[in-house]
Amino acid sequence: MAMKMTCMSSQVSDDEQRKREKIRSLTMCGHVGFESLPDQLVNRSIQQGFRFNILCVGETGIGKSTLINTLFNTSFEDCESSHFYPHVKLKAQTYELQESNVQLKLTVVSTVGFGDQTNKEESYQPIVDYIDAQFEAYLQEELKIERSLFNYLDSRIHVCLYFISPTGHSLKILDLLTMKNLDSKVNIIPVIAQADGISKTELQKFKMALMSELVSNGVQIYQFPTDDDSVAKINAAMNGQLPFAVVGSMTEVKVGNKMVKARQYPWGVVQVENENHCDFVKLREMLICTNMEDLREQTHSRHYELYRRCKLEEMGFADVGPESQPVSLQQMYDVKRQEFCREVQRKEEELKRVYVQRVREKEALFKEARRELLAKFEHLKRVHQEETMRLEEKRRSLEEEVIAFSKKKVASEVFQNQPFLAVGSNLRKDKDHKKEPSCRFELLCIDVRACEASAGRKDAEKGREGHSARGRP
Amino acid sequence: MDPLKRSPPPCPSPRPSSPRTQPCEMLGHVGIETVLDQLKIKAMKTGFEFNIMVVGQTGLGKSTMVNTLFRSKVWKSTHPGTGVSMPQTLQLHSETHVIEEKGVKLKLTVTDTPGFGDQINNDKCWEPILGYINEQYERYLQEELLITRQRHIPDTRVHCCVYFVPPTGHCLRPLDIELLQRLCRTVNVVPVIARADSLTIEEREVFRNRIQQNLKTHCIEVYPQKCFDEDINDRILNSKIRDRIPFAVVGADREHLVDGRCVLGRKTKWGVIEVENMAHCEFPLLRDLLIRSHLQDLKDITHNVHYENYRVGRLNASHLLPRGPGWVNLAPATPEQLTSPRPLRACRRPHDDSEEESGLSMANPRPASS
Repeated sequence: MAMKMTCMSSQVSDDEQRKREKIRSLTMCGHVGFESLPDQLVNRSIQQGFRFNILCVGETGIGKSTLINTLFNTSFEDCESSHFYPHVKLKAQTYELQESNVQLKLTVVSTVGFGDQTNKEESYQPIVDYIDAQFEAYLQEELKIERSLFNYLDSRIHVCLYFISPTGHSLKILDLLTMKNLDSKVNIIPVIAQADGISKTELQKFKMALMSELVSNGVQIYQFPTDDDSVAKINAAMNGQLPFAVVGSMTEVKVGNKMVKARQYPWGVVQVENENHCDFVKLREMLICTNMEDLREQTHSRHYELYRRCKLEEMGFADVGPESQPVSLQQMYDVKRQEFCREVQRKEEELKRVYVQRVREKEALFKEARRELLAKFEHLKRVHQEETMRLEEKRRSLEEEVIAFSKKKVASEVFQNQPFLAVGSNLRKDKDHKKEPSCRFELLCIDVRACEASAGRKDAEKGREGHSARGRP
Repeated sequence: MDPLKRSPPPCPSPRPSSPRTQPCEMLGHVGIETVLDQLKIKAMKTGFEFNIMVVGQTGLGKSTMVNTLFRSKVWKSTHPGTGVSMPQTLQLHSETHVIEEKGVKLKLTVTDTPGFGDQINNDKCWEPILGYINEQYERYLQEELLITRQRHIPDTRVHCCVYFVPPTGHCLRPLDIELLQRLCRTVNVVPVIARADSLTIEEREVFRNRIQQNLKTHCIEVYPQKCFDEDINDRILNSKIRDRIPFAVVGADREHLVDGRCVLGRKTKWGVIEVENMAHCEFPLLRDLLIRSHLQDLKDITHNVHYENYRVGRLNASHLLPRGPGWVNLAPATPEQLTSPRPLRACRRPHDDSEEESGLSMANPRPASS
């Protein structure tokens, strides 16, 4: 089934497109009722609540916390910070304020230790990092597949109040450097802090010097919008009064018959909300009552979009591909994802290979060791066997010696016990030498006589002698 | 040199409250509430957009209803639905107008569907409709994914779809049920009983009850959806509306004289049916719902729920598919089964225009609804 669109609805809300595509204005002949649309929008916003995030950058003790307290007419809990921090840090605190039916979640981020170090080169970097981190968090949420942007707690900094010390001359180098690094990331509103130390004429000169210095260095501070008729005039006027010289105080002093917020000096009372004394009221007016929504919108549509674009381009994405074909983010993302998968796979294989190799090496080592051990074992066994055999032989020979020895011993005993036989035996022996065949008989004869003379033991000796006689031819 | 504290994590509830916030009392007027005026001024400057689609068979009075809703001749005379000739196939026809009332500019886009359900074989007649709706989502998604985005992405997504049920007096027909089942998951659907002047009041009530039962049986969640009621006030308000859905409406763009008053109505031999008279028909309820009270809500639900569902499905599906040349071309044939807060099932989008639906269950439960 074909889908045909005649008279297409416009995709871009450009006026030219509108004319081109014949979007006509209709006149209605009755009351439809959609003028309640802004109210519907407002109701929804009230339900969701508002968020506003302020960043205060300024040296320690310049009056950041006091000014915030005065701006929002409340005492946020805080204590004095020390001057001895080695690095600049940021402290964030969130407060819930309610006025009639508007719920505002206010986050105040203050620098801690700004300008206190001896070497201030790295002072502005933590601030830039913090701002980028909030953008990054939002971008991450936006790029998620399953996301919930409508109830995301927006932490991006909507405005940066930069506190300039009231030297009366010009901007400090640190201030200039910091502002230059921040102006593309956040809406900067410079304020002259502790303005009760400057006289009116000095103030005018100071303001002019500051503004010219900012302009000549190309620092883009926030300009109050002048495109909407209802606020254009007042905004334009205020733009000319920048930077605001402010005094903050929460202590109340009786002036006339009223208690006003002021700072009391021996020479007079500086009233915070008196427009002749300082620009505090203007600041509050501009910051909160007139332009809070614009600040939020600028943060989202200008600063955040810039950050997003830079970040995505950094990651290698582009809207237009190499052949000037429009490439969608999705395609680039897929390409990257596939590359990444391939990389991961390759690494995995590499790791596997290394692992297998190591295992093999270890196995080889073990085998080697085992072999050595076995060889040693064999060797030891052999040695042991040889030892055993040798000892066995020794034992045997020893035993034989023992037997031989005992024989000899017996023989020598017999020998000793026959001293008389010894002579006779010698003679006999001579005779025996001559008459061999008959020796036996003779011997026997003699022996019989000997036997009769001595114990029967002599038989054995006879035999022996016989033998010995025979053995001595 | 990390910051001491990062932003608190986002909470799922619609009224997020971080544990680190401290409620503070202000000692005097600061002027925070002026932010509402600032908001209004900005909104009136940028203007509003609203896209509505009317779906129903020919002859049910869709074009007349649109004219009545916006009190003007929305359609040009060559509009195919105005009885000049019966279109043979379903065509979608859009017109955009800018209307202004008391300083509020509204860019209204009305999409009509002449030829819907008119053929002998109405199988898959919802596909062009769903294709159109998804194509608007796709267009928005493409714009949103660009690196250099426009400041204000033009919103052509259909915020509300008014479905015209023919006044048979019995119950919903299979065609109605099929279409509603598919539509309600992609877009906010408001069903109405068309040409209600052919039913008596009692018949209307019976018909209405039957339709409500049918909707419940087939798990069709029409606008205002129960699961998006945020708090007790919303629930009470929306329950009242849900009781009367579908509204029995009559459209008319001619004025007649009744009792000395000039009223919009249809003149018949047996009387004048006044459109704005609650005793005669429920057109005022429809108009109030669509325009006076719930327009922003319709847009919000489209943006936060239906569009997000579409986006999730699209992003999940695209990386499972083999990448081919036809990524940007939407196949209008495969409607996605999107539900929230039920688990999401993404459909494979084949490159050819086949009409299969094969599901890949993602089993990603959505976080608590807005």
